Amino acid sequence: MADEQFMTRLVAALRQAFGETVVLEAQVNPSMYGAPLLYVQTERIADVARYLRDEPSLRLDFLNDLHGIDFPDRMEVFYFLQSHQHGHFVALKVRVDRENPHVPTITGIYPAADWQERETYDHFGIIFDGHPNLRRILLPDDWVGHPLRKDYVPHDEGV
Amino acid sequence: MIRTEELVLNVGPQHPSTHGVFRLLVKIDGETIVEATPIIGYLHRGTEKLAEDLTYTQIIPYTDRMDYLSAMIGNYSLVHAVETLMGLEIPERAEYLRVIVMELNRIASHLVWFGTYLLDLGALTPFLYAFREREKILQLFAEISGARLTYSYMRVGGVKWDVPDDGWIGRVERFVDEFQRALEEFHTFVTGNEIVQARLKGVGRYDRETAVAYGLTGVNLRSTGVPYDVRKAKPYSIYDRFDFEVPVRTEGDLWARYLLRMEEMEQSRRIVKQAVKQFPSGGEIMARLPKLIRPPAGEVYVSVEMPRGEQGVYVYSEGKPHPYRLHFRRASFINLQILPKLLVGENIANMVAILGSIDIVLGEVDA
Amino acid sequence: MEMNLDLGLEAVDRITEEQLKKNVLFTTLEDVLAWARSNSTWPLTFGLACCAIEMMATSGSHFDADRFGIFFRNSPRQADVMIVSGTVTKKMAPLLRRLYDQMAEPRWVIAMGSCATAGGPYVRSYSVVKGVDQIVPVDVYIPGCPPSPVALIYGFQKLRAKIRYEARARKRVMAHGG
Repeated sequence: MADEQFMTRLVAALRQAFGETVVLEAQVNPSMYGAPLLYVQTERIADVARYLRDEPSLRLDFLNDLHGIDFPDRMEVFYFLQSHQHGHFVALKVRVDRENPHVPTITGIYPAADWQERETYDHFGIIFDGHPNLRRILLPDDWVGHPLRKDYVPHDEGV
Repeated sequence: MIRTEELVLNVGPQHPSTHGVFRLLVKIDGETIVEATPIIGYLHRGTEKLAEDLTYTQIIPYTDRMDYLSAMIGNYSLVHAVETLMGLEIPERAEYLRVIVMELNRIASHLVWFGTYLLDLGALTPFLYAFREREKILQLFAEISGARLTYSYMRVGGVKWDVPDDGWIGRVERFVDEFQRALEEFHTFVTGNEIVQARLKGVGRYDRETAVAYGLTGVNLRSTGVPYDVRKAKPYSIYDRFDFEVPVRTEGDLWARYLLRMEEMEQSRRIVKQAVKQFPSGGEIMARLPKLIRPPAGEVYVSVEMPRGEQGVYVYSEGKPHPYRLHFRRASFINLQILPKLLVGENIANMVAILGSIDIVLGEVDA
Repeated sequence: MEMNLDLGLEAVDRITEEQLKKNVLFTTLEDVLAWARSNSTWPLTFGLACCAIEMMATSGSHFDADRFGIFFRNSPRQADVMIVSGTVTKKMAPLLRRLYDQMAEPRWVIAMGSCATAGGPYVRSYSVVKGVDQIVPVDVYIPGCPPSPVALIYGFQKLRAKIRYEARARKRVMAHGG
């Protein structure tokens, strides 16, 4: 119940700050400590993250997790934000086009996103616009393809 | 200040103090580091992709091999996620066994850190003392799970093996009692040593804001005054039944992190001691479950406190026996990001001390 | 060893000659070298993955590998044995080969654990080399995931036997012909 109220307040605050369309869907996920799971407009993710971090009643200053998911028709990037001060959590998601995957970076807001965005780029080929150093991190620089995509075909047969 | 020609120094991937296959390119001016570039991925084994074709029980051995120093807690992170998704009730005896082995594993993991960290600082003997104590824990684990390092002890719904009926619980109790003396010994030999203090105090310092912004967890965060421990912040298992503290310090330097890890061993010892006292004399160790586990469709993101920080597990389930997507938030991977920031401006002699204090396991960094 | 061999030591008295016969051995230089080498196999400190922790435990206080002359060296230039202790990825493979090339002859390789032997649990991974013997010639394979320190010490005993056998037989023994 408290989770529902928190979500309603959060969505209202975001819509007031960035317009009606910024939050596409919202639901409470009990399997994530009751964190609200919001689908956010892809282009506005950096603005939303900055707002969530700086708003005094939210202070979501700790980026817990960032990773990608591949679906047949789209890809998604998952963010899990947390506040050490208030002890609450918010999960965000953005949808990304599979053919032309671009998401604004949030490294300027959360330095912790740096390597996690590089890992997501490495695994899924999602391009984080504005990232200062978007190179492969886990795989060799000359690797072909992005292995965690569902349609990944290994380039080499394997040594 | 006199400037000399800059020199690029390559450290690793084969280097005794990088704790595995970690590579670091440092640019030095005289003895001062002006730039540091970590290069990782030499142990990237594609765990997340492999997991998409495996059943949940089959994934458990892979969690052993990520943070291979604390495989029990790694096991738990996965089964905890699946159990949360399924809303399972775990038998009490299994919960106690889980807590006992997880906290023993935390001690064992910190002992490896203690031994190798002092080795990095140039002291050889603490390594031998630390491994002497660690062998006792591994012996207990071998008796209960059959393995010394990669246990695969936990299952969704409980644990795989009951305690050996030849007094295993008594041996655990004896160990935790004896271990107190070993800890005192470590403090006498090492903590009071002036050279160790001189090398650690005031070095590698960062403040609370930096630690939070870089997403640090575990001791690396708690050394700056944030009392964030997943066992308290997002309670799991039966940790609420035990009386233990989350040690916090405010200096944010190597010395604070050293003392916190030593103190955590004492706290884990306290938890095991209480768990052994309360251990139920009988009962099931597995919940009633079908052979093939099919969690309901949905998403789950839960965390556990590893010795190195917060390990998060994300599962996207379609209701099939294998996950559609499995992601691990590995504490070492995220903690390591702060390294270049800490190294710039430091003396080259402090490089290994700073790297060691972050306490990484490369299996976890690269996954 | 021929005990009744005439040593040709006419100048020394009988008692000294008896003493000499008891204390002098005849053998080939190769055998002596192999004997010395097999008792001081210095491995390279080269941890790759989980197996490296068991390798550390082997040199730790309980198992004490030093008593077998197993003494870890940090530089490949000073090492005789490379213990491939863990999963070899495609990113690591060229560096592993370079380290092997930096080691001086004679040199031996132990593939420790199932990852180094054949890919182990990661055999179906996109980024893992399926067996280190595709990169460097391997002398001893140790099964296990990870092998216990006892198994590693047994592997070292096998390597010693092999070093001495090779010296006697005057040929290298390799799985793929070396």
